[in-house]
Amino acid sequence: MSSITINGEAHEFSGDPNMPLLWYVRDMLNLTGTKFGCGAGVCGACTVHLDGVAVRSCQTTLGEAAGKTVTTIEGLSPDGEHAVQQAWRKISVPQCGFCQSGQIMQAASLLAKNRAPSDAEIVEAMSGNICRCGCYQRIHEAVRLAAGGV
Amino acid sequence: MLHYLKTEADTENGRNFDAEISNVSRRGVLGGLLTATGLVLAVRITPASAREALKPYPTGGLTMPDGVVADPHVFIAIAPDGALTIVTHRSEMGTGIRTSLPMVVADEMGADWSRVTLVQAPGDEKKYGNQDTDGSRSMRHFIQPMRQCGAAMRQMLETAAAAKWNVAPALCSARNHQVALLDKDGKETGKVLSFGELAVAAMALPVPAPETILYKSPNEFTLMGKGEVQIADLHDITTGKAGYGADTRLPGMKFAVIARPAVLGSKVKSYDASATLKVPGVEAVHEIEGVFAVPRKFGQLGGIAVVANTTYAAMQGRDALTIEWEDGPNTSYDSDAYAAEMSATAAKPGKVLRNQGDPDAAFANAKDVVTAEYHGRHLVQAPMEPLVAIARIVGGKAEIWAPVQSPYGARKEIAEALKMPIENVTVHVSLLGGGFGRKSKWDFMLEAALLSQKMGGQPVLLQWTREDDIQHAFYHTASVERIEVALDDAGKVSGWRHRTVAPSIVSTFKQDDGYQFPIEYGMGFIDMPFDIPNIRCENGQAMAHTRIGWFRSVSNIQRAFAAQSVVCEVAHKLGRDPKDFLLELLGPDREIDPKTAGFPEDFWNYGEPYKEFPINTARLKNVVRVAAENAGWGKTLPPRQGLGIAVHRAFASYVASVVHVAIDDDGTIRVPEVTSAIDCGFHVNPERIRSQMEGAAVMGMSNALYSGITFKNGAVEQSNFTDYDVTRMSNYPQKVSVHIIDAPWGVHAGGVGEPGVPPFAPALANAIFAATGKRLRNLPMGDKVA
Repeated sequence: MSSITINGEAHEFSGDPNMPLLWYVRDMLNLTGTKFGCGAGVCGACTVHLDGVAVRSCQTTLGEAAGKTVTTIEGLSPDGEHAVQQAWRKISVPQCGFCQSGQIMQAASLLAKNRAPSDAEIVEAMSGNICRCGCYQRIHEAVRLAAGGV
Repeated sequence: MLHYLKTEADTENGRNFDAEISNVSRRGVLGGLLTATGLVLAVRITPASAREALKPYPTGGLTMPDGVVADPHVFIAIAPDGALTIVTHRSEMGTGIRTSLPMVVADEMGADWSRVTLVQAPGDEKKYGNQDTDGSRSMRHFIQPMRQCGAAMRQMLETAAAAKWNVAPALCSARNHQVALLDKDGKETGKVLSFGELAVAAMALPVPAPETILYKSPNEFTLMGKGEVQIADLHDITTGKAGYGADTRLPGMKFAVIARPAVLGSKVKSYDASATLKVPGVEAVHEIEGVFAVPRKFGQLGGIAVVANTTYAAMQGRDALTIEWEDGPNTSYDSDAYAAEMSATAAKPGKVLRNQGDPDAAFANAKDVVTAEYHGRHLVQAPMEPLVAIARIVGGKAEIWAPVQSPYGARKEIAEALKMPIENVTVHVSLLGGGFGRKSKWDFMLEAALLSQKMGGQPVLLQWTREDDIQHAFYHTASVERIEVALDDAGKVSGWRHRTVAPSIVSTFKQDDGYQFPIEYGMGFIDMPFDIPNIRCENGQAMAHTRIGWFRSVSNIQRAFAAQSVVCEVAHKLGRDPKDFLLELLGPDREIDPKTAGFPEDFWNYGEPYKEFPINTARLKNVVRVAAENAGWGKTLPPRQGLGIAVHRAFASYVASVVHVAIDDDGTIRVPEVTSAIDCGFHVNPERIRSQMEGAAVMGMSNALYSGITFKNGAVEQSNFTDYDVTRMSNYPQKVSVHIIDAPWGVHAGGVGEPGVPPFAPALANAIFAATGKRLRNLPMGDKVA
């Protein structure tokens, strides 16, 4: 039995410790904001925070998450008003929207450790997150906006 | 509130609420604009009499299955508290159509957008008209019906107000969610009735006959053309609440994945699931029969389904399966060998599809001939949301939830597969996490429905993994386009011979004969617009060995790449500026006459009546000029940088793009800027048009530099985004400037979702040539150049 805190709530888990966190939050906790995109850690759609740092939940096992704190898109802000979420809306970033939970979690993690990232740092941090609709220009702009205070 | 609306509409007003009410709670309107719009409305009231009659024009929408519907009772309901519900019957995959079509209704009604709730229609074309959301058709085919619905409902509200006040309807004018009483000079008297107060009476009135409906004049528009409304799902998307295909949860729902054959047409010979059944969480294993009879259409591939209590357990169970496959007829498909075969075919005459003038003589008398061959690989749509469908069967009735582009087509074939009357099948449409053509094909929904049936109707979520998506698609075709250009003694282009060789989409729908069909050869091939006296377009045979489908902009990808590249090659040979030469080739301003141009009788024209949607060279030239001017065409650039230009008409819209390339020290191809001009006729939502064009540049760059599917021994060699590369933020078009050509209502709305893609790759190739002198003719070109 191990304990994981997800969005401020403690969860006891006794199943397969190799199960990726992604499937635990989606299929067992019904937190469906975190998306399955590739299952290989190469698209970023499933990005969540583990102790405040962006990780790919499809590559993070429950064993690795045990005893730690997980934040999903649902828990990023109690009212959905995190600076990154506000910036995303102000710039009208999304098209289909599917990758955006992951993009937002990735951007929020970047800004948590670097309040004023350079363009190169934004690109480096965000390049693991694919957007097939091609919202990159607006993602870049929104991260800059969030960094500057919306 | 939503619950109230549904009950109210069901019992009192609407006939339309079998549709699902979606959870659209906080619709965004850009800061400050709401106030500004309100002010404008307060000072400029147009009396109803200033409205205009509109002559309807025919579109291809009338000839689509189940055509169009313009009944306000089907699409609109007003509750007594004024809450306005608008049904959106097309699928939302990122274009914004779920917002843009209801905007048309609301604007024409004089409604307050902040009072609108959207309802996503289930698959029911008998009720809503055609729902097949592809071909960039939604706005093209439904802007008129949606204006008609909105205007009819506005007139009903005004008539209801007139009855209450006992005045002539002409003195009643709807705006801002109220009907105002006007004096005889058309000024507001201050008396108003809210839409809510009028709702019951208005919705009980007969719908006015189409010819009696008057429409807003464009200066009265509050939403159309303004770009001030944000997509309805924006808040939900940014908070993780938006509902996609895998986000519905049903009581007792199981999770499943399927092991499918690596090679098209292979069958399960035998399998051993004993290890699978030992995997914790795995509950059952079922064989799903494939559709092997040709044509397969969107029939499921067949395979072994593993059902479990989580998707993870199902995937673990699938890994533990031992399956012996019986080879099908496609095990020898090899992309490299096949490309060589197609190239050999393209070197020989093919089936003549268009002939104008005497091309044989033109080539015989040519002073010089430029010959170039352009290759394209298969592509997979790879939307960020992998395919997924949820199915359950209760009491002989099936329900399917899916991110599907064509919910009614799916419903019909699911009913057939389940051997149920269609009335017993419901298809609910979730948001689509991208589509790009893949989610027009409902094989994944058939799988889910058949699996639930095998499970005694138990609810099941069938998840495709990314590997499944990459390896079991309906692929964009592989292609060879060979173009020969004859130059006469004066250095003028005297002849054009274009041969296309590519397996056809037709192979999915009927016995393959290796030749393309009008939709394919109508995409930038036989409808090539250049003013050249002698033209021949030929199609060489190429049999399909995998499932061929459509991918955003379809055959236009390879056609624009070839034609717009070769123009630049010829310009270089003649020492001409590529933009000037392109404009010269487009010739005088004219509407091309398909007859004198030698087009075949079955010229497709994107399904549109030619008279209404002709090929207009003035519009082509205009977008070229606008893009070139705004890009600073002709400016001096540092070494290893260059500009390239291309123009293309697709889906009844015209797009030109100028790509600025800068080659890094290590040879990496970078794109600091793209300048695009789009003429899509009358436009509704410029903000979403811009986003579509920005996205088209990104997808265009994926297609141009990174993405390609290859086959070896009949199986796809790629498996995930590790080896099917797409554009990432590490190298993307840094700035896409979009110039939308303003057009009045009389210039019919064209498509927006797809037309931005085709010009990107040739403009990029031309820019690379300008920067380096290297001509790249094979897609993908790779992300480095020496």
